[in-house]
Amino acid sequence: MSVEPLLTVENVNLAIRGAPILQEVNLRVSSGEIVALIGPNGAGKSTLVRIVLSLIRADSGRIWLKPGIRVGYMPQRLTVSDTLPLSVQRFITLGAPATRARVQAALEEVGAPHVLDSPVQAISGGEMQRVLLARALLREPDLLVLDEPIQGVDLNGQYELYDLISGLRQRRGCGILMVSHELHLVMATTDQVLCLNRHVCCSGHPDHVARDPAYLELFGLDGAQRLAIYHHHHNHRHNLHGAVVEPAERGAHG
Amino acid sequence: MDEFLQRALLGGFGVALATGPLGAFIVWRRMAYFGDTLAHSGLLGVVLGAVLHINPQLGVVATCLLVALALVLLQRQRRLATDTLLGILAHATLSLGLVALAFMETVRVDLVSYLFGDILAINAADLYWIWGGGGLALAALAWLWRPLLAITVHEELAQVEGVAVFPVRLAFMLLIAMVIAVAMKVVGILLITSLLIIPAAAARRFAHSPEGMAALAGLLGCAAVGLGLWASLRWDTPAGPSVVVAATALFALGSVVPGRARRY
Repeated sequence: MSVEPLLTVENVNLAIRGAPILQEVNLRVSSGEIVALIGPNGAGKSTLVRIVLSLIRADSGRIWLKPGIRVGYMPQRLTVSDTLPLSVQRFITLGAPATRARVQAALEEVGAPHVLDSPVQAISGGEMQRVLLARALLREPDLLVLDEPIQGVDLNGQYELYDLISGLRQRRGCGILMVSHELHLVMATTDQVLCLNRHVCCSGHPDHVARDPAYLELFGLDGAQRLAIYHHHHNHRHNLHGAVVEPAERGAHG
Repeated sequence: MDEFLQRALLGGFGVALATGPLGAFIVWRRMAYFGDTLAHSGLLGVVLGAVLHINPQLGVVATCLLVALALVLLQRQRRLATDTLLGILAHATLSLGLVALAFMETVRVDLVSYLFGDILAINAADLYWIWGGGGLALAALAWLWRPLLAITVHEELAQVEGVAVFPVRLAFMLLIAMVIAVAMKVVGILLITSLLIIPAAAARRFAHSPEGMAALAGLLGCAAVGLGLWASLRWDTPAGPSVVVAATALFALGSVVPGRARRY
């Protein structure tokens, strides 16, 4: 498999009104690779995605995209106002002009072949996610950026969608950067996980990240597990705002 | 048919054909109050035109653009919400226009006709302005159609897909300013928003595509002009407000008539 990088992010920092949102973040996505960004709410995942897409500017750091690259983007949530009469087909072709047959083929690829002529307001949340994916795919992207692709999808649908995304990578060989809430959902399909909480807490293969104390600290599945790892070697902690707390500030219960 | 009536109908149709499709975008983009604010500043534009000895319509376009620009700059601060800013701008510019007008002793302006329109006084030169300006606005709208629709649905997605969001938004504001300048003579600055909003709102229930809604809005606007003029002659009511009442009646009728309209 090719390891040509499509995207590199180096030492990106961003603060909004003095509050740090992202600190010294590094990231790399190569073609044929799936990289997942996980982290709690407010960890800066979507902000990082928006920086990668040039929707907002970082305060410092470097974003490099392979020249001439085509990016497909699936935003976190999209609802079309009821005032606008728009069919799914029209919605999809707003991204790139395409014949009806090509739109239908894209919808079949994402498993939603029956919605082509439906009003875009009348389809379910899960169908909307698939439609958004089809719109991104019709641009023949080299890099797919998916911001919480399974939002509003029931549990069965979530696994289906991840399988679908994983299949896309194999069929099309594109690189995929996706944001997710939970590690266990992306474990099976992801090559690399970045655990983000304003800075990169830990990163690597999902199995590795799942055992990383920083990950367990952030997501600790239950109290016992958290206690068990507590005496080990994690090198930092977070306060309520997600900032790294120095060991001296930890208080008495360490 | 009397000649003044023919000119009134022609002028009214020209305005309605432009305000319908543009109004559809104003409805989709939730910019009704924005359009209203620009229209309120129209009177200031008329005064500006008189001071600078240029065509009043050009003065209106220039003033509307300045107000739109002022709004964009004011929106950068976050202490006041947009609707508050629009309220300030709308009434400040209208009052400023009225005050400035009082200072201009040499300029005689029929205030009521600017505020509520004077469709029955449309002359040949006005018709050139209406059809020329309205046609230009429609052609520009057709050219902008795809990117404008894309940013209306989702601005960031459109930007990632290569739409130059800021220039498109700026061009759309310019179109609104142009159409306000064109429509002022027909319904007046206080009622222009109604010709933008009401036909588009009435068309929504019967449309299944954006283009269908825009075209239907244009046709419903024409029907409102025809009905309003007829009522105005029949009962000797003011023409501009009669057109707006007719548009509202069409909207109400469309809301209650049983149809095969699908739920969107």
